[in-house]
Amino acid sequence: MFTAMFGAVEQGIIYAIMALGVYLTFRVLDFPDLTVDGSFVSGAATAATMIVLGYHPILATLAAIVVGFIAGCITGLLHTKGNINPLLAGIIMMIGLYSVNLRIMGFSSENATSLPNVPLLNSETIFTKIYSFWEHLGIDAFFNNILTSLGVKNLPQTWEILFVMIILTTAIKFIVDWFLKTEIGLAIRATGDNKRMIRSFSANTDTLIILGVGLSNGLVALAGALIAQYNKYSDATMGIGMITVGLASVIIGEAIFGTKSIMRTTFAVIVGAIVYRIVLAIALRVPFLDASDMKLITAIIVILALIVPQMIDKQKDKKRKAKRLQEKLAAAQLEKQGGDHLA
Amino acid sequence: MLKLEGINKIFNEGTPDEKVALNNINLHLKPGDFVTVIGSNGAGKSTMMNMISGVLKPDVGKVWIDGKDVTHLPEYKRSHYIGRVFQDPMAGTAPSMTIEENLAIAYARNANRSLRLGVNRQRRDFFRTSLEKLHLNLENRLNAKVGLLSGGERQALSLLMATFTQPAILLLDEHTAALDPSRAELITNLTKQLVEENHLTTLMVTHNMQQAIDLGNRLIMMDKGQIILEVDEVQKPNLTIPDLMAEFERIRGEKMNSDRALLG
Repeated sequence: MFTAMFGAVEQGIIYAIMALGVYLTFRVLDFPDLTVDGSFVSGAATAATMIVLGYHPILATLAAIVVGFIAGCITGLLHTKGNINPLLAGIIMMIGLYSVNLRIMGFSSENATSLPNVPLLNSETIFTKIYSFWEHLGIDAFFNNILTSLGVKNLPQTWEILFVMIILTTAIKFIVDWFLKTEIGLAIRATGDNKRMIRSFSANTDTLIILGVGLSNGLVALAGALIAQYNKYSDATMGIGMITVGLASVIIGEAIFGTKSIMRTTFAVIVGAIVYRIVLAIALRVPFLDASDMKLITAIIVILALIVPQMIDKQKDKKRKAKRLQEKLAAAQLEKQGGDHLA
Repeated sequence: MLKLEGINKIFNEGTPDEKVALNNINLHLKPGDFVTVIGSNGAGKSTMMNMISGVLKPDVGKVWIDGKDVTHLPEYKRSHYIGRVFQDPMAGTAPSMTIEENLAIAYARNANRSLRLGVNRQRRDFFRTSLEKLHLNLENRLNAKVGLLSGGERQALSLLMATFTQPAILLLDEHTAALDPSRAELITNLTKQLVEENHLTTLMVTHNMQQAIDLGNRLIMMDKGQIILEVDEVQKPNLTIPDLMAEFERIRGEKMNSDRALLG
């Protein structure tokens, strides 16, 4: 159980980067962008292929971000300059990217032009590179000793990925927070909020949408690149349903922590991504469910995350109304009594 | 400052719904002019505003701002020169953003947007002193979301956002029409104050004749896509509502048909 939870948190923090990307489009830009399913794999494929070709994993990861950014910009262009509905623009890109991703992975082998997957079993990744430094720090032993004294058996192999990802994801969160407060960031937020208004303040909404969708997909591709290095493979189908996962994370996080400010919402989205992974890990431990049911479970989690907050709100509203009615009745009663006294 | 030259616009040309929205409009505003525009529904007032702001392009004719031909400049580029307040109080602000963030967006109108923070201490001070002029206590609610403000407060904020960067032209499109009378009066007074303080060249569309007479140094009346009456700064101070109605009857040979056009 502990190992499963530990893995869920590790993955959750990586997927949180993707969730932040989804938050940028769905919430900030109000642009339901489905490119994610494709650009996530593009990131994974680019990073895995470059690593296999012998590039430094950090360079490979940065290249993945660029590829995702370009994919997102194209979706933005299709919508703004091609007047294609956002959902449709995303779907078109998702389908097109599937082939592009096969081609990208094809570069990893001299014998094939396209490949459905790239294994990274014996390759250096960002995580193995940092591990060679990490293992001298003795942090693993420190934490595992604590766990052993608490009576936990199956100990995690290393705490490195968890720590590295906490630092990286937190850094990205702060960058996103800061960006959304810059002049360009404010204009992007206003584009999602009130297009007519921001145009009247000399902002080109087309450019802002293209930039916003591009940045979002850059983050998604970064998450893809990291997941490929975490799982030690990239696969053409690893992006299926990714948009639902991102959406689930955003909605769960917002339902738990609310959306009072940008800083709080981005934090909520990160926690949402982790909670989602934990829920999934628990669901998979139910005896009659197995790994192939994961997508269905995802779909159900999203449905619940969308409907339950509504029902809670309705219930709260009802209670509030009932209370107000009671108070009014009581006040009327009191007034009547007072009136009687006077009479 | 603003010059419209032979503007023509036809909607749905060549269909049974064809409508001549603007018919050879010529208008010239000198720096500091405050022109009020009246006319009944469908007279072409809003279409003219959209021509100036760049939302619509004329079929024939030219638009000049500050000596530059801006006829082919897209809306977002023209907004460098133009401040606008819309009729709908919801239209001029971003509801899910705070007051200071909205002001920061307006503040960035003149320059290219960069990766500098939208709100820094210096700007916040400037926003606060600007808001104080509204006397709505908004200066103490800089971090409140604009969606929580009332219609009147939002319209006052829109007005401030449109004017405090001193645009070459200020366009007001029935910006008090959606408010209750007391709020409308407040916004009217604010308009007067802000236009005078910033010496703005202003074009204001209104349905309210009294407002059109009270504000501004010139007045034009539109009907069926044409400017049918121009009152200059010499005649305007002595203008009354009966004058305007008599003038309309004399020109058009019919009574003004819309009560809304009279009393708003």
